[in-house]
Amino acid sequence: MFVTSAYAQTAPAATDPHAAPAGEVHTETGAAHGGEHGGGVFPPFDSTHFSSQLLWLVITFGLFYLLMKKVIVPRVGGILEHRHDRIAQDLDEAARLKAEADAAVETYEKELASARSKANSIAETAREAAKTKAAADRTAIEAELAAKLSAAEARIGEIKTAAFAQVGQIAEETASAVVDQLIGAKATGDDIKAAVAAAKTEA
Amino acid sequence: MSNDPIHQFQISKIVPIEVGGIDFSFTNASLFMVATVACAAGFLYFATSQRGLIPGRAQSVAEMSYEFIAGMLREGAGSHGMKFFPFVFSLFMFVLTANLLGMFPYFYTITSQIIVTFALAVLVIGTVVVYGFYKHGTHFLQIFVPSGVPGILLPLVSTIEVISFLSRPISLSVRLFANMLAGHITLKVFAGFVASLGTMGALGIGGAVLPLIMTVALTGLEFLVAFLQAYVFAVLTCMYLNDAVHPGGH
Repeated sequence: MFVTSAYAQTAPAATDPHAAPAGEVHTETGAAHGGEHGGGVFPPFDSTHFSSQLLWLVITFGLFYLLMKKVIVPRVGGILEHRHDRIAQDLDEAARLKAEADAAVETYEKELASARSKANSIAETAREAAKTKAAADRTAIEAELAAKLSAAEARIGEIKTAAFAQVGQIAEETASAVVDQLIGAKATGDDIKAAVAAAKTEA
Repeated sequence: MSNDPIHQFQISKIVPIEVGGIDFSFTNASLFMVATVACAAGFLYFATSQRGLIPGRAQSVAEMSYEFIAGMLREGAGSHGMKFFPFVFSLFMFVLTANLLGMFPYFYTITSQIIVTFALAVLVIGTVVVYGFYKHGTHFLQIFVPSGVPGILLPLVSTIEVISFLSRPISLSVRLFANMLAGHITLKVFAGFVASLGTMGALGIGGAVLPLIMTVALTGLEFLVAFLQAYVFAVLTCMYLNDAVHPGGH
């Protein structure tokens, strides 16, 4: 109120011919309205302030533009570029590490495969060796067993013939003892031998 | 008087200055121009002073506005238009900060002054014309001759193009000015209803609730308008700059 009424006093001095009727309107519509429309125009269209508005806009916006152009835009642009570079660099680093890891995996796989094939061949030769050794052992044992068997058979044959040879003698002795008991006379050796031999052939 | 919705646009001198009979006084509007520049530049300066690889909140906002305008300009005027980036960025930040500062009660809204928005619009169109002629010479006049138009229609179309070009600074400035002015008047009118109804007893206080709700809703809308008009101003600037960069390109 104070500011605008003070302004209302200065305004008519500036635009004297138009302000006079406006001043009359003020007295009719009251002090409150009079204070508002000091220049008699809608404030945004009040051309008395245009020069000052323009000057200060040029000063402030010009300063702002210079500050943006010289300081802020290069700075923010630098920050963003630095970040992009950093991200790109990190991505490159990650790609490089991934390639390294892939290569390591590949060599590992290769080594694993070669080790596996080597192990297979070792196992194979071991198995072969074991098989041949087992076969040789078996043939040796079989041969030994066959030899033992044939020796045992020969011994059995020997014992058998020996036993058969003794059978005649025992029969003769038994026959002479039986004849002696039955008829009380000694039978001669030759008779008994002949009789045993006859019985043997009969059997 | 405090209920008068026009009072908020009144200009008052703080430091009277007169040079050669022309009034260059430092007014309340000048004060808020300085405040706008100080706020915008100060925010951008201190938000980015850390130059953090991982941005903080303030730096994120500064970077976002930078990339927002950069994307807008690249889309509107192509990569050749990027030389105007500081200009468009300054315009956007200036208008946005001025609009937002105007949302504070008792603060002066400098974008509600037609002379301010008109000066900015003329600056934009002036840049377009000067750069267009500087870069392309008379070739720049191709913007008034759209390709693929039959010869008979050409005078008519060119006339329309010239009128449309001449009306650009007016539409650009009036759009921003009228939006800010109308919004602030509406806000003030509804807020005035609250105050005047509130003095009319119990019934009046009950009735004041409605304009109060309206005022709150309008405040939200005005914040949206403040952003939107700064955005529209910047987008149109990009489109007009496109004419200066590619005169035959439309």
